[in-house]
Amino acid sequence: MTIALEVTGLKKSFGGVGAVKGVDFSVSAGEVVALIGPNGAGKTTCFNLINGQIAPDAGSVKLYGNDITGHSPERLFRAGVARTFQITATFSSMTVRENVQMALSSHARASHGLFTWATANFVATADALLTSVGLADQACRPCAELAYGDLKRLELAMALCNAPRLLLMDEPTAGMGPAEREALMRLAVDVCRSRGVALLFTEHDMDVVFSFADRILVMNRGRMIATGTPSEVRSNEEVRAVYLGNLEISGG
Amino acid sequence: MTDALSVLLLQTLNGLASASSLFLVAVGLSLIFGVTRIVNFAHGSFYMLGVYVAYSVATHWSGALGFWGGVLVAGLVVAAIGVVVEFVVLRRIYAAPELLQLIATFALVLIIKDVALFVWGPEDLLGPRAPGFKDAIDIFGRPFPTYDLLLIVMGVAMLAALTMLMKKTRFGLLLRAATQDREMTDALGVNQKLLFTAVFALGSFLAGVGGALQLPREPASLAMDLNIIADVFVVVVIGGLGSLHGAFIAAIIISLVKAYCIGLGATTVFGVEFEFSKLTLVAEFIVMALVLIFKPNGLFGKPINHARVSYASSGGSGKPRMPQWATLACGLVALIALPFFVDDYSAVLATDIAVFALFAASLGLVIGVAGLGSFGHAAYFGLGAYGAALAAKAGVGFAPSLAAGVLLALAAAVVFGWFCVRLSGTYMAMLTLAFAQIVWSIVFQWDAVTGGSNGIVGVWPPEWLADRNNFYWLALLLCGGGVLTCWWITFTPLGFSIRAARDSSVKAQAIGLNPRALQWTVFSCAGAMAGLAGAVYAFSKGSISPDVSSIPRSVDALVMVLLGGINTLLGPVVGAAVFTWLQDTLARSTEYWRAVLGAVILLLVLAFPAGIVGSIQRFVSWAKLRRSAA
Repeated sequence: MTIALEVTGLKKSFGGVGAVKGVDFSVSAGEVVALIGPNGAGKTTCFNLINGQIAPDAGSVKLYGNDITGHSPERLFRAGVARTFQITATFSSMTVRENVQMALSSHARASHGLFTWATANFVATADALLTSVGLADQACRPCAELAYGDLKRLELAMALCNAPRLLLMDEPTAGMGPAEREALMRLAVDVCRSRGVALLFTEHDMDVVFSFADRILVMNRGRMIATGTPSEVRSNEEVRAVYLGNLEISGG
Repeated sequence: MTDALSVLLLQTLNGLASASSLFLVAVGLSLIFGVTRIVNFAHGSFYMLGVYVAYSVATHWSGALGFWGGVLVAGLVVAAIGVVVEFVVLRRIYAAPELLQLIATFALVLIIKDVALFVWGPEDLLGPRAPGFKDAIDIFGRPFPTYDLLLIVMGVAMLAALTMLMKKTRFGLLLRAATQDREMTDALGVNQKLLFTAVFALGSFLAGVGGALQLPREPASLAMDLNIIADVFVVVVIGGLGSLHGAFIAAIIISLVKAYCIGLGATTVFGVEFEFSKLTLVAEFIVMALVLIFKPNGLFGKPINHARVSYASSGGSGKPRMPQWATLACGLVALIALPFFVDDYSAVLATDIAVFALFAASLGLVIGVAGLGSFGHAAYFGLGAYGAALAAKAGVGFAPSLAAGVLLALAAAVVFGWFCVRLSGTYMAMLTLAFAQIVWSIVFQWDAVTGGSNGIVGVWPPEWLADRNNFYWLALLLCGGGVLTCWWITFTPLGFSIRAARDSSVKAQAIGLNPRALQWTVFSCAGAMAGLAGAVYAFSKGSISPDVSSIPRSVDALVMVLLGGINTLLGPVVGAAVFTWLQDTLARSTEYWRAVLGAVILLLVLAFPAGIVGSIQRFVSWAKLRRSAA
């Protein structure tokens, strides 16, 4: 299988404290990979190094062989990296459809136009995307009124606008009820598999991780301590030791 | 000792003496900001009141008791006034967006100015010199006032006293705690209301004392409030908002820069003669701009952790509505037909309204659509006016003159905007203000080109526009066109992208937009539009003065936008009409129109933060809801 994302020797420290101490992994096209670890393991830092929020001290990030290390979020979007946020970020003064239209016009490099109405562009494409995430009937609602689960789905729809090759989801199900979590992850995974998008996500909910991930990366204290299929990770002694005490890891 | 060196040393001492008073006023503002997160525009007015009160006491009881008693009384009286202001006004706006807070405290500036005018009259009042410190001593072969030496000592003593207060007392501990984390301090059971009032009293006291100590050095005048506040903003921004030692260092830096500029006088650099003594304002703002580029939070400041209130949440939904073409057409017809139904005076007023409608609409683009706090929009209005007037004087004709005004404003907005969009919130508001002050001081002091305080007279349009109605139609065409352009931009993909960057900067980046570039673009566009308004204004008045780019002019535009309603299309235009009419009516009916205007602004901010159009829209949707429920 083609390798979509390849991370090599990634390092980052804050004021002398190593948050990520040399991490290597890869994600293949169409693969669903979870990045987990206890609090302070460095997974958020690792995630932010990939999504352009912060620049690494050393190491490289490659997307389909192209170096994207330290690229800004804007450049990553152009390169085909999409992301959703732990706390949903949408344009609250706009309607659901307009939010998607913004992402679509940016992808088409039509964001600075002065001779069309913004609301008249990409209507059909936006509605198609909204249908695929089940928001078609809410297209005209102001997104400030949306329920939290629907905002998550809106973010997913916006993330699909640049025909992404890699989707990064930071704790996609945080703040949702169990039934909603299941539904959202099912949707995200289906969408990614059907489009051949590589999906990398961080998550605290082990049920979600073990039911949806093809492969799991486990970090602790800035290092990758285990990688493998859910069953391999579940039986890994070091992982068990790290998670001792809150062993939901045997569930799922 | 060489002559040049002695001048340098003497100017250093001069600078240090000026720094003391500036430090006292600035540290007061800084302490208040640290705890309450309010930038108190009226702090300069407190300083001015300190000078006036000290004058009254010192002339009433002469001698040492009168003077030093005056300093103390000034501090106490101003502290008492500060407490009243905190109780009556500021308590109600602690949670409001910072722009509203700045506007509300500016309303206080207007009111206090008129109170001072009422009590002390319009004349400058020269106070007595300090008893016991009336002489000069010989330093480096030149006379130096002993009072200035005393000021230097007192500045250091006050720094020591305040440091002790902050480090050793419980009150100081609470102040530091609240400055670092207001919510946590609250959660720990500290009485916030009491703390806020106390810090306001302390800050106002320092402003009053700072003013009183200045009495022997300069006469009390009604212009002191805005003069000092510009300096104080610069000091606080350089030192870092909320930092005690930052204020001290920055006050010294700024005072030295000014003193050296004065010391240099007229000097020839690379064959060009510079009148450095006239560049003091420009010099201090350049220092500030430099500091902000390298240290965006000032020398000793920490990033401000605002309890951020978005502009979108303050004025309706943040979603402008597309106008209906029929309504738009009816409105235009009515405006075109206006001169047939009103007298000459009203036609002039209508021309003013057209000009200010564009001025306000362009600002609406910046603070509404882009969500940026601009406090110096008059810079671009003023440059538009001066650009057009200078071009007209050079004889390039009417249309090219207008274009010159627009281009000059655009160029300034491009340059200033590049700096401004790099900062956020309060710092950005202060930097925009600083740039406007630079423009003002250049036009005010560059006599040879701009005519200095007299301005430029005889800026007339061609013959066929001498008729008031003809000029009104032209103003309507140009300014109305400008307003429509602002509206147009709002609904284009560019306008939506700018709104996206306002609503969520991180999300905008994640979908490939560059928020800074977008903000820079809208800032520049708005500057050009304000320039057009200024250019038309210059020709409509026939003469202009530095007032066109003054702080009050910038605030006028803000009030118009707030009066009408941020985030409504029509808001700035309605606000401009109501404000211009109100100001005109007030100015003709009372000497104290500023105070009335200030009271109106306060009422507006406290009671109708959504503005006229915003309030109407809210009422309409409320009425609709009720009807559908019934």
